[in-house]
Amino acid sequence: MNQAKVEELSGRAREMRRMIIEMLAASKSGHPGGSLSAVEIVSTLYFAAMNIDPADPHKPDRDRFVLSKGHAAPVLYAALAEKGFFPREELLTLRKTGSQLQGHPDMKKTPGVDMSTGSLGQGISAAVGMALAGKLDKKDYRVYALLGDGECEEGMVWEAAMAASHYKLDNLTAFLDYNGLQIDGPVQEVMNPTPLAEKWQAFGWEVIKIDGHDFGAIWGALEMAGETKGKPTMIIARTVKGKGVSFMENQVGWHGNAPNAEQAAQALAELGGGKS
Amino acid sequence: MTKIATRTAYGQTLVKLGEENPNIVVLDADLSKSTKTADFAKKFPERFFNAGIAEANLMGMSAGLAAAGKIPFASTFAVFATGRAFEQVRNSIAYPKLNVKVAATHAGITVGEDGGSHQSVEDVSLMRSLPNMTVIVPADAVETDKAVRAAAEHQGPVYIRLGRLDLPVILPEDYEFKLGKAVVLREGWDAAVFANGTMLALALEAAEELAREGVETAVINVSTVKPLDTATVAEVARQAGAVVSAEEHSIIGGLGSAIAEALVENCPVPMERVGLMDTFGESGSPWELMEKYGLTAAGIAAAVRRVHRRKTNG
Ligand SMILES: Cc1ncc(C[n+]2csc(CCOP(=O)(O)OP(=O)(O)O)c2C)c(N)n1
Ligand SMILES: [Mg+2]
Repeated sequence: MNQAKVEELSGRAREMRRMIIEMLAASKSGHPGGSLSAVEIVSTLYFAAMNIDPADPHKPDRDRFVLSKGHAAPVLYAALAEKGFFPREELLTLRKTGSQLQGHPDMKKTPGVDMSTGSLGQGISAAVGMALAGKLDKKDYRVYALLGDGECEEGMVWEAAMAASHYKLDNLTAFLDYNGLQIDGPVQEVMNPTPLAEKWQAFGWEVIKIDGHDFGAIWGALEMAGETKGKPTMIIARTVKGKGVSFMENQVGWHGNAPNAEQAAQALAELGGGKS
Repeated sequence: MTKIATRTAYGQTLVKLGEENPNIVVLDADLSKSTKTADFAKKFPERFFNAGIAEANLMGMSAGLAAAGKIPFASTFAVFATGRAFEQVRNSIAYPKLNVKVAATHAGITVGEDGGSHQSVEDVSLMRSLPNMTVIVPADAVETDKAVRAAAEHQGPVYIRLGRLDLPVILPEDYEFKLGKAVVLREGWDAAVFANGTMLALALEAAEELAREGVETAVINVSTVKPLDTATVAEVARQAGAVVSAEEHSIIGGLGSAIAEALVENCPVPMERVGLMDTFGESGSPWELMEKYGLTAAGIAAAVRRVHRRKTNG
């Protein structure tokens, strides 16, 4: 990935972080921590990797993205707004009665959302199904999914992992947002899901470990995944929960609490940028 | 008026039960701050088990603990407790009649902003369909305390449905809660409302409004949905001659269905069900959603007027 692209993505990522803070402050509820940790992953997918068209959200040959950790809906909505699936102003209706932006992704309400998620563990199975359909139809679209590290405690994740390698789904690439935290504390203290790389490998996946905030590394891993034949790829991305907002970084308490007006102002000041 | 969520009352009572009974153990699935089992975890760390984000295993481990003599309270959101882990509850808890208390929070649409994926509108229906299962839907903090205690004393599986939202306390401290007993809170001979959970306070409000119009409406707290107090339900229905059920749940399979089943066999009278009309919920603030889906005192009053008219018009 060239320097110009990295710079473009950095700008997009900053804009998306601003949107996340703004929409959460407006809704007064929602999940900042796991949204902010996934900004580089999601922005690389939507602005470098995925073949999608905001003018035709249901295009049959499009690449798919399943946010298996559905509570991070704000990062997905930010990407969709930035990409042009709906006007940015709509973000401020997040979680309000009648909004098309539900607390968790809703494929029937929001253009660009490929799968309804929110119950952890279920998204990755749906992604496996989409990849199976791609093979069946001999299409070359790719399916991407994003999982949480806490989410990997769900047995269903491993049922999906087994199926994906069983069916040799090399058109499926998943990211694991390895931020080390879930709700009740650090993942290793609540219910230790590690070692994660070895587990995914043992389930037949190609595993790549990267820094999840490094665009070059994310892009490099996606290229490798594209070249891997006969098995799915898991990109284990080391991330910082709450990334980009100093008082939210690595704080378990910012999993599911929205910033108040004052905190939002501080966060936006730290993030900088912003279209006036 | 003090407002307190039933989940908060649950957390407080669990701590007291923990002190009284060393056999009580508590399990959660990475939601202990939300379900309020964190209070117990802090006080009795050795008797608290976090399953992580793994609801199927949460229920399976609870079954094992019960089989070995413990009294497990297993908590998570109602959607996951009764939906994700349904078959574990069925085959590992209800079928072997093990002494597990499934105490599920964040039931109904008053979950609010998290939206339809997190709002269980079918949990009572699912749990009620299981043989051996007792199902309780407390209306406020006072009743929750008594219901949780009764559940601990009862031998066998119990489902307790709890809410996220702070609610007014409507029942007196000395309210007498008995498992399996429906309680007439307000007398009335023109019509009767059977309600539970969040809808009980609204039913009392509706009865007040109806009384001003000259429609005397009985209000019955049916917090134990199963086993249903069929005798009381039928007797009230016979006297009132027109009934309405009110629940923050789908009209399919919950309290309304239970009442309808009992009455059609024992004392058929004009009836309407207030609840979610076979629909999922959505994001929004809790009371806005209650308004949008007609789960209001006005909604109950309107239903009472309709059944009352059906009764008087023969
Ligand atoms: C099946 C299920 N159980 C519980 C929850 C509640 N919940 C929402 S987010 C979360 C923690 C997720 O942790 P992790 O996967 O690490 O996400 P991240 O740190 O990226 O936010 C939990 C338990 C849920 N959404 N789905
Ligand atoms: Mg995490």
